Amino acid sequence: MLADGQTPGGTATEPVKRYTDVAIALHWLLALSLLAAFCVGLYMADLKLSPTRIRLFNWHKWAGISILVLSAVRLGWRLTHRPPEEPAYLPAWQKRLAGAVHQVLYLLFFLVPIAGWAHSSAAGFPVVWFGIIHLPDLVGPDKQLAETLTDVHAALAYTMAGLVALHVAGALQHRFILKDNIVQRMLPGSRPQGSGEGRP
Amino acid sequence: MMRRKLHVLLLPLACAVAGLPVRAASGVAAPALVAAQSEISFVSHQMGVPIDGRFRKFDAQVQFDPKAPQKAHFVIDVDVTSVSLPTSDAMEEVVKPAWFNSKNFPAAQFVSSAVRPTDKGHYEISGQLTIKGQSQDVVVPVTLTQSGGVTTASGEMVLHRLAFAIGDGEWKDTSVVADNVEVKFHLALTGIAPL
Repeated sequence: MLADGQTPGGTATEPVKRYTDVAIALHWLLALSLLAAFCVGLYMADLKLSPTRIRLFNWHKWAGISILVLSAVRLGWRLTHRPPEEPAYLPAWQKRLAGAVHQVLYLLFFLVPIAGWAHSSAAGFPVVWFGIIHLPDLVGPDKQLAETLTDVHAALAYTMAGLVALHVAGALQHRFILKDNIVQRMLPGSRPQGSGEGRP
Repeated sequence: MMRRKLHVLLLPLACAVAGLPVRAASGVAAPALVAAQSEISFVSHQMGVPIDGRFRKFDAQVQFDPKAPQKAHFVIDVDVTSVSLPTSDAMEEVVKPAWFNSKNFPAAQFVSSAVRPTDKGHYEISGQLTIKGQSQDVVVPVTLTQSGGVTTASGEMVLHRLAFAIGDGEWKDTSVVADNVEVKFHLALTGIAPL
């Protein structure tokens, strides 16, 4: 059993404490899903009615509901599996900023799909997950509300994109400028290298 | 000018008066559709998502004697241009040649050929349905109920849109828009003798 993100065989002098395999898998699966859903969402919004538009809208909705479900699983996992501690050498403000970004991102993982789902309900299109599972409508049909919700959905999605950019910038800085091991904790397949080098 | 106006005003009155003795002689008024209490709606499916639509204008000519249902005759005319869908882009799309081609085919029609009673108040009406110039033989199960002098004919049936070339070209893909379209009707008729 892995506990607290500890990998087995961590006998080297400075083993990298990684996130659990489940946490890593969920992180990257969601990263790809969010990126795909965001790009499809951007592209489809102004398409004229066509089979392609209908396909993309439905795929986008299926992806959104999948993201919602995976995020619930991920949050459950996160709350029951303590992530590796932030290294002590990080300044307090950086830890706080990274923590705040993570918390708001988690919030948005739920709010963005829920706003999209509510928009779909208000527009009079129930969401049928993968074309099979009929999901309940979150609100009744209401054109005015549908327009408001599409703006809310978009604003929240852009906020998330901005925070993801910040998150990625932080990761790249650690990886390529500070050259520490922080990013390695979330990289798939990276066995513990034990290299504590590159610490400031 | 005045005379012409008068003429127009009098015409329906004259028709009504002329019609009266005929109806009185047969003892039964000709059945008539109560449009405000009638509905023809349908549900299509986009990747599993039900899309509700309906026709706002239609009419029915009905001959129906409950004592001799086999002799009954139904003609339903639907104004295809009166189609209503949930979004404005769907409304713009559905009149195009690929869909209803409403400009060239503004009317759809059902004409019955045989009526078979299946149970008390239940009938199977066979006939020909023509939409977009394409005719198909259909069998429609119809239930008749009566209340306060109004007879309601209701039922539902599944139509295959591609049999009528509705949704042609790029829209033929049934993984996007299903071939099956569920049609529901609810026709309120006056002037039908008690069942």
